[in-house]
Amino acid sequence: MPPIRSEVLELRATPDIVHVRQTVRARAAEMGFTLVDQTKLVTAASELARNAITYGGGGRVRIEALEEDTRRGLRLTFEDQGAGIANVEQALTDGYTTGNGLGLGLGGARRLVNEFSIHSRVGEGTRVTITRWM
Amino acid sequence: MARTPERRAQRPVRDARADARHARDAQHPIATVLAEHEAELLTEWLAGQRSTVRRPDLIRDSELNAQAAEFLATLRQAVMTGNVRDVQAPAYDGVRSVLGTLSRARSLQGFTPSETAMFVFSLKGPLYARLRRAVPGGPDQVIDTMAAAGHLLDQLGLYTVEVYQRSREEVIARQQEDMMELSTPVVKLWDGIVALPMIGTLDSARTQVVMETLLQRIVETGAEVAIIDITGVPTVDTLTAQHLLKTVTAARLMGADCIISGIRPQIAQTIVHLGVDLTDVTTKATLADALRLAFTRVGAANGVPLRQTPARA
Repeated sequence: MPPIRSEVLELRATPDIVHVRQTVRARAAEMGFTLVDQTKLVTAASELARNAITYGGGGRVRIEALEEDTRRGLRLTFEDQGAGIANVEQALTDGYTTGNGLGLGLGGARRLVNEFSIHSRVGEGTRVTITRWM
Repeated sequence: MARTPERRAQRPVRDARADARHARDAQHPIATVLAEHEAELLTEWLAGQRSTVRRPDLIRDSELNAQAAEFLATLRQAVMTGNVRDVQAPAYDGVRSVLGTLSRARSLQGFTPSETAMFVFSLKGPLYARLRRAVPGGPDQVIDTMAAAGHLLDQLGLYTVEVYQRSREEVIARQQEDMMELSTPVVKLWDGIVALPMIGTLDSARTQVVMETLLQRIVETGAEVAIIDITGVPTVDTLTAQHLLKTVTAARLMGADCIISGIRPQIAQTIVHLGVDLTDVTTKATLADALRLAFTRVGAANGVPLRQTPARA
């Protein structure tokens, strides 16, 4: 089913993360997500946006409002053209990081949403799609 | 560029073509038109602006008229020097000053960059119409003159965009400095107790400043308990959590206990899902709860019951 609303934000530098968080929060609030769900979605968006900038060298995020027969949701697709992830399972493991963070961002983001998928090819980039239903 | 006087001084050694070019430059058709038809140009230009780029919500007609008249007058003076190419030359100081003031004002008034540049570009229509009638000679001369006039106005239009952009950047830089100042108020709540009410995002360069300020204040006040209140932090993600944990560890190394307060229900649930381990950190839902706990710690350390804690601020 096609999204009822879609927009794309650029991810170039850390100030863009703030913009992504604010936009996602505004969309989630408009759709009527509870405060807890808004916060979960915004936090997951913050993690993935930062990953795209820190490890992917920048990219973009597509924000889509979905409406199906019985449910409504918000889907976020983060894409970068960075180095890619060689071992996705390892990257999803809590505590694993190639940088100097806590290593909880990717796995944490997965636990904060209903649907999570990641496609990555070394040398080509990474695409992470998350969906949270109301 | 003081081109005219220089050329005049060197006239005896210049060849005839240079002299002819100088004579043509000095009486460039643009200069002739501006000098002879300034009033008509102004009327036609303003009429054109009214039908295309006028923003009556942002600028009054009287102000627009004054700006247009001043720009035309300074442009005429600049073109009369014979220079119609280099708008960075001293001859154009007056023009640039008028456009600079105008662009800065418009960026603050809420005009778009295009609307600001159109102030200059909209002069092209009336000026070209006048030039077409005024230029003597064949098509070559007409085309040369039009090209020169187009180049001149393009340069000046781009200059307005540059100034517009620069003044926007100045505003942004100032706001960023303001935010840095705003963000780090470490307050002393009681003898031995300091509090840091954090506001906004905690994943920027600002966090470093916040952390240093807190540690500095712990040293200055000899505080035993530092309360970090995150009620004003909308999102706590893993990087924010990491910054908090580092701050708590650093404070502990300096002999102060940290209490994190202002953890709202939605933040608590999110932290759990993220998998961030805050079990080593004392946390409280509200600043009041944290203060009550701090009193018992400070009181216990001093051997003073809570009731008799001196009420010094």
